[in-house]
Amino acid sequence: MEFAELIKTPRVDNVVLHRPFYPAVEGTLCLTGHHLILSSRQDNTEELWLLHSNIDAIDKRFVGSLGTIIIKCKDFRIIQLDIPGMEECLNIASSIEALSTLDSITLMYPFFYRPMFEVVEDGWHSFLPEQEFELYSSATSEWRLSYVNKEFAVCPSYPPIVIVPKSVDDEALRKVATFRHGGRFPVLSYYHKKNGMVIMRSGQPLTGTNGRRCKEDEKLINATLRAGKRGYIIDTRSLNVAQQARAKGGGFEQEAHYPQWRRIHKSIERYHILQESLIKLVEACNEQAHNMDRWLSKLEASNWLTHIKEILTTACLAAQCIDREGASILVHGTEGIDSTLQVTSLAQIILEPRSRTIRGFEALIEREWLQAGHPFQQRCAQSAYCSSKQKWEAPVFLLFLDCVWQILRQFPCSFEFNEHFLIMLFEHAYASQFGTFLGNNESEKCKLKLQQKTMSLWSWVNRPSELSKFTNPLFEANNLVIWPSVAPQSLQLWEGIFLRWNRTSKYLDEAYEEMVNIIEYNKELQAKVNILRRQLAELETEDGMQESP
Amino acid sequence: MEHIRTTKVEQVKLLDRFSTNNKSLTGTLYLTATHLLFIDSHQKETWILHHHIASVEKLALTTAGCPLVIQCKNFRIVHFIVPRERDCHDIYNSLLQLSKQAKYEDLYAFSYNPKQNDSERLQGWQLIDLAEEYKRMGVPNSHWQLSDANREYKAAICRCSQPLSGFSARCLEDEHLLQAISKANPVNRYMYVIDTRPKLNAMANRAAGKGYENEDNYSNIRFQFVGIENIHVMRSSLQKLLEVSGTKGLSVNDFYSGLESSGWLRHIKAVMDAAIFLAKAIMVENASVLVHCSDGWDRTSQVCSLGSLLLDSYYRTIKGFMVLIEKDWISFGHKFSERCGHLDGDPKEVSPVFTQFLECVWHLTEQFPQAFEFNEEFLLQIHEHIHSCQFGNFLGNCQKEREELKLKEKTYSLWPFLLEDQKKYLNPLYSSKSQRFTVLEPNTVSFNFKFWRNMYHQFDRTLHPRQSVFNIIMNMNEQNKQLQKDIQDLESKIKQRKNKQTDGVLTKELLHSVCPESPTLKTSLCFKEQTLLPVNDALRTIEGSSPADNRYSEYAEEFSKPEPAVVSLEYGVARMTC
Repeated sequence: MEFAELIKTPRVDNVVLHRPFYPAVEGTLCLTGHHLILSSRQDNTEELWLLHSNIDAIDKRFVGSLGTIIIKCKDFRIIQLDIPGMEECLNIASSIEALSTLDSITLMYPFFYRPMFEVVEDGWHSFLPEQEFELYSSATSEWRLSYVNKEFAVCPSYPPIVIVPKSVDDEALRKVATFRHGGRFPVLSYYHKKNGMVIMRSGQPLTGTNGRRCKEDEKLINATLRAGKRGYIIDTRSLNVAQQARAKGGGFEQEAHYPQWRRIHKSIERYHILQESLIKLVEACNEQAHNMDRWLSKLEASNWLTHIKEILTTACLAAQCIDREGASILVHGTEGIDSTLQVTSLAQIILEPRSRTIRGFEALIEREWLQAGHPFQQRCAQSAYCSSKQKWEAPVFLLFLDCVWQILRQFPCSFEFNEHFLIMLFEHAYASQFGTFLGNNESEKCKLKLQQKTMSLWSWVNRPSELSKFTNPLFEANNLVIWPSVAPQSLQLWEGIFLRWNRTSKYLDEAYEEMVNIIEYNKELQAKVNILRRQLAELETEDGMQESP
Repeated sequence: MEHIRTTKVEQVKLLDRFSTNNKSLTGTLYLTATHLLFIDSHQKETWILHHHIASVEKLALTTAGCPLVIQCKNFRIVHFIVPRERDCHDIYNSLLQLSKQAKYEDLYAFSYNPKQNDSERLQGWQLIDLAEEYKRMGVPNSHWQLSDANREYKAAICRCSQPLSGFSARCLEDEHLLQAISKANPVNRYMYVIDTRPKLNAMANRAAGKGYENEDNYSNIRFQFVGIENIHVMRSSLQKLLEVSGTKGLSVNDFYSGLESSGWLRHIKAVMDAAIFLAKAIMVENASVLVHCSDGWDRTSQVCSLGSLLLDSYYRTIKGFMVLIEKDWISFGHKFSERCGHLDGDPKEVSPVFTQFLECVWHLTEQFPQAFEFNEEFLLQIHEHIHSCQFGNFLGNCQKEREELKLKEKTYSLWPFLLEDQKKYLNPLYSSKSQRFTVLEPNTVSFNFKFWRNMYHQFDRTLHPRQSVFNIIMNMNEQNKQLQKDIQDLESKIKQRKNKQTDGVLTKELLHSVCPESPTLKTSLCFKEQTLLPVNDALRTIEGSSPADNRYSEYAEEFSKPEPAVVSLEYGVARMTC
């Protein structure tokens, strides 16, 4: 298919762009296969480049022959284009609609994007499972890499290489896979070097109504326990939901069959409940005229912060089991690709200093989200303005990023990255020139040949010029476990995401700059003092030598 | 002290305020003439000033002992369990007496002695001089006698109480005064009259022979209601807010619905909106504004002082803020003693009017982080002292009463003590240059108003961020000053060394007398490359940072079942340095 067929009017003059807090800009609107571009005829004014894939919904209306298109983006921005001429406007609107909802992934921009920068390090090879495993292998010999899923035959949503207990062979893994939802047998998610406890994750056990069991499954997870030790199974569903799952062939681990494990049920929502929460929250934030009562009741009714609290609490509980109880844990919900990953990755943020560095956080996202098979393509297909209520769309990853932001706010010196890094990841998960977040799992990524045909986000981010934007000037490595407060009074609306387009941040940005200046100045002064001290000391020794007979 | 029967009780438990499984610290409770003191087994001290106590409650006896709940005006809430009921009863009775004095002379300020002599004390009182302030504002001038005006604008802010108009009464003199105010503004011939009350309330007041100005009787006035609720509404609003925020095991939804139904942020926004209306009338229209409410000392003080803060950057400095409080609050007769309940009086006169003002200022500092010379700590400290009765500034209900109490002779002023500690209250991001003459235009869209956790939970450290950017930057700023000095020092030393080397005439002795090197400096001038200095270890302390403090789950129930071998959880505040 040629994009040209979809672009009925490639160019319109005298289009006026309206954005909140900016003066209107008049210019020429151009449509390309992947971008909507508005460039003003004046010099020195910024051009607007908008990826079609960033467009979540559009509205159009007419006053006489002047048409207006309102574009609502997946990053929550709303812009308005006034287009003279009804026909032009209709053409533009239908083109945008078609181009922003392309069916085929291979028509997406990452397959066409040619980087304008030199690739220093190919991000596709930055976080290989083998390398990640090596970080553990010095500390433990109880685990091994398994290639059982090499052709994605055992579990379609797992990567080809996973970490499993050494004492369990591939044959047993195949059997366990038939007992776990989606073939997601328990694998290692995190190894706590401090005490050797581990986080494992999986899909729900397929016990069904008649309490089916699987000896290999029991053996596998017991293999992770030290002699005489017990572990915890954190089921991210309420007991009620887990019980209901049995009717559909799913279920949970029965105490009788897993006597060494204690099960804890938490209740993390999924799917449309989260999507609706996001829609309500963004709607509330976009309405400037709400009086105080209405704003507070809308914020409450969105339930967004309730979800944040629930996810954070579960992650903290997981971390507490590991670090304070000295017990290993297994985390799963139903499929093990949404709430499970939120919990295992946030627990690592709390427990593991490395995951609070830029590299370590990227590795975490690779391991616990991309390779672990979070279906980004499905979950991030639409955002807060969508109207199609598809079951599989849900802001699972955004909730995770929000939780990280909440912890970052409480421990502002313990993270190497800043808020902008999290915002950038949110943007790229929904619309990007890079292939990193395309596809739903490794198997799909492989079929799409993303490594060969697209650029990795990490290739771009991990260059010094970009990294400097995402570095937290206050960072000072903190080797401790960090326990955030989950009280409602301690949680806040993530303004950098949700109020980003609804207010000017001029004064806040200036204050941030001033803070950076003070820190930079401090470093400069310290360096200077050190140089002068050395200089003086040298002079003193010279003098000493002259004076001594 | 005749009120104190028991001065020391041992084995008292202090319960964690938010714990659902009665986590506690054991220690000893002491009762002094001015304070209640609890020292726990880690030797951590909790001091409670008697005047800060808003209420004491003795709950029904339990098997563990007799519970005593103390709520303070600075939002500290402590829950003790005293083993013997007899002791609890004694302490309870003593606190009831000690926290509610009948006479001003029994307040702490009259016995507080910071070891200053009379002239130092007098100097302290003279630090903030209102006559100076009016001079600064540029009044009196040809248009104004000593009254209240704004420096940069020809327009002025004036204040008064409601007119006693009833349904039809008029007062020609009042009409003339307003006309005179209006004429005093050479730029604009009309003026605004802001009635800070909701219109309904003002109309109701007419039945009592009071009310509001009839626009027909006054030439050139524009009348505006801004709808700030009265002191009683504000009092119960804060009470609801505190009930919600004090709930154990609070859910997000209960928190926000409680925040909404308390109406607190709605009131804060109303005060802010009124101040903005006032500032705009002056700044944009160059019109003078007369502000009043019913009595002219509550809502009027809020609106006038906030308006001044928006218009004049001087009031955003530490000293300027003190002047503002002296001018718009103390001298214009905000009834601090009644509103703060300094004496045992009518509880219906108590109202958090001044607290609301401080909260509005805090919201401004959040929107304009570089516009204020002072920080949040400064606001909290002032709030502490409007209730502490430790200094004379806020005692009494009007200027007349203050003079009768001879406060300047018998008590000390707060301001010199705050100025002395200025470093603690400086905003490290303050930008004096760029903000000097700018008018603040805050955005009062609802989402800009947030619950002020650091005020209403100032003693609940587990709810606070575990690392404070603000403190780190503040210390870094201080450190930078020191480093600049070090550099100067080092440079002059190097210069002297070099001079000495080129100029061999100088004798060794002479050089030494010119440049006496202090032993401390010498030791610090070592070869070693110094690593980035830790800004301050104490600042990086993560307080209250243990999973038990954060209540991720009801562990008592979850983990303590006998089954798995469970490592007992750490209780108490784990202090971790990073």
